[in-house]
Amino acid sequence: MVPAELKYSESHEWVKQEGNTVIIGITDYAQEELGDIVFVEVPKPGRELKQKESFGVAESVKAVSDLFSPVSGKVVAVNEELSKTPELVNKEPYTGGWIIKVELSQAGELSGLMSAEQYEKLIKEGH
Amino acid sequence: MEKSIFAYQSEPTEYIKSGDSGAIEALIPERFLQRQEPDLPQATEQDVIRHFSRLAGLNYSVDTGFYPLGSCTMKYNPKINEAVADLPGLAGVHPYQDEKSIQGVLELAYGLEQFLLAVSGFQGLTLQPAAGAHGEITGILLIKAYHRLASKKEKRRIILVPDTAHGTNPATAALAGYEVRQVKSDEAGDIDLADLKQNLSPEVAALMLTNPNTLGLFEKNILQVSKMVHEAGALLYGDGANFNALLGLVKPADLGFDVMHFNLHKTFSTPHGGGGPGAGAVGVVEKLIPFLPVPLVKKKGEKFYFDYKVKHSIGKVRSFYGNFLIAVRAYAYFLALGEEGIKKVGRQSILNANYLLRKLKDVYEWPYRRSCMHEFVITPKTGWQVNTLDIAKRIIDYGYHPPTIYFPLIVHEAMMIEPTETETKNTLDEFSAALLSIAQEAQTTPELLKKAPVNSPVGRLDEARAARQLILKYEKAR
Ligand SMILES: Cc1ncc(COP(=O)(O)O)c(C=O)c1O
Repeated sequence: MVPAELKYSESHEWVKQEGNTVIIGITDYAQEELGDIVFVEVPKPGRELKQKESFGVAESVKAVSDLFSPVSGKVVAVNEELSKTPELVNKEPYTGGWIIKVELSQAGELSGLMSAEQYEKLIKEGH
Repeated sequence: MEKSIFAYQSEPTEYIKSGDSGAIEALIPERFLQRQEPDLPQATEQDVIRHFSRLAGLNYSVDTGFYPLGSCTMKYNPKINEAVADLPGLAGVHPYQDEKSIQGVLELAYGLEQFLLAVSGFQGLTLQPAAGAHGEITGILLIKAYHRLASKKEKRRIILVPDTAHGTNPATAALAGYEVRQVKSDEAGDIDLADLKQNLSPEVAALMLTNPNTLGLFEKNILQVSKMVHEAGALLYGDGANFNALLGLVKPADLGFDVMHFNLHKTFSTPHGGGGPGAGAVGVVEKLIPFLPVPLVKKKGEKFYFDYKVKHSIGKVRSFYGNFLIAVRAYAYFLALGEEGIKKVGRQSILNANYLLRKLKDVYEWPYRRSCMHEFVITPKTGWQVNTLDIAKRIIDYGYHPPTIYFPLIVHEAMMIEPTETETKNTLDEFSAALLSIAQEAQTTPELLKKAPVNSPVGRLDEARAARQLILKYEKAR
């Protein structure tokens, strides 16, 4: 399941653009690979992120994985629901399981991300 | 009037009276006193005994069955270890006893050190750390102290860790204040030399390496790796969790390791029991001796003593002298096996693992097609409608503890099998027959695996619930 309207990173995050802010989460493929997620560590709103910087951690029954920001910018919101119901990332990776909202500082970075088609190819090859 | 059954009893003595909690209460400020009864579970003694006896009966252990948990070296723990550790002269000593009165105890600690040094090639050792991971942090702190002393302008702030490493390695490096950088593995399953080269710099303090690595493969470029690390001015840390494969065959110091922890509860047959107590002795090369934790056990003439004069010691890492009775068990293991026996451990563990691998390699996917050391990694074949978790659960139905699963992380759907040297050919044959039968089921009746386990006291558990809804203290059922 790779929604056509989103952009993707090689580290399996998705990005949804809404004007000058983006919503970031992890892909269905990523949540499937991680298995049942038991804890999501999110950054404090206001934090400045650089592209590819680690902004949090997803802990599953199998492993602990860093989350990397596909874009640079300021964290303007985090999904508070995840502290009580981290399984939202498993159940609704593209909707209720969103992780952070970032105000873009370098909008040009978006064009460097993968399209749904490119991302689909990447996961078929098993990365 | 009828006499009370207890009429013979006199009034409580002054002694008992003075033990009255009132006297103690007077010493404690009111705000620290709990006036209500604690809310503890109530059950009859008989029900408590039944509860725990039932749980004990449900327990699965090396004493009840085969336990091929990769990377954990679940070898048989000989019962003579327990008998020796129970001797009153060992079990009854007090850590504050005078050195003169515990000469035998010190001799034993000293003797175990000598054994461990002899099989590893190191020059100095501490028995203090209480587990492998504790040995790791001890070893990395030794490395940190060494670099600090070598240069006032110490700039080494990075520790390299291969992508196959056990999670405790990066955790240790981070806890010691280092930045962790990951080094890739190559196609053959060894550390990628090109990537290592790229990551080595004057900022690197150490590489933490497990050999054999967690794929169960001997790092065949180890001599080049240690040369590269040393040329960069860094030290080579050895994660000795897999030392069992090398025991009696190779000394880690000869491979270029500067410091290594031993998991006594793996390689030297002491219990893993319920997470502990373990023991993670740490061996070091000459140049790291001045940094070892105090005290060291030394011998002068015929006398043994504690030496607190270690010039640049990192201090204590554990109260008193570590989990001493675990050291006693490891010592008993050395003596029981003897020179010849110890030399066979590594060989036999490698033989057992390869025997099992050969039986399974065509039926399961075998990602790294090399002879293994003491353990190996296989996965379900592509196209099967089941995953590794399903297979592991089905293994329970066949009466075995499942192998380690989903580790190492670089292998998709990994299943890591370590039979150890203490299992018979018969057990290995039976276990491989079970795995072959499960492979058959995976293709013909995958729903059997999806539902598994069905022959166990509880069925498939919700793996995530216990982590999502933590209940860490007693609460009345709602
Ligand atoms: C490769 C490896 N390193 C380190 C450790 C940590 O050892 P311990 O569990 O004794 O702390 C383990 C334990 O499972 C391991 O398998």
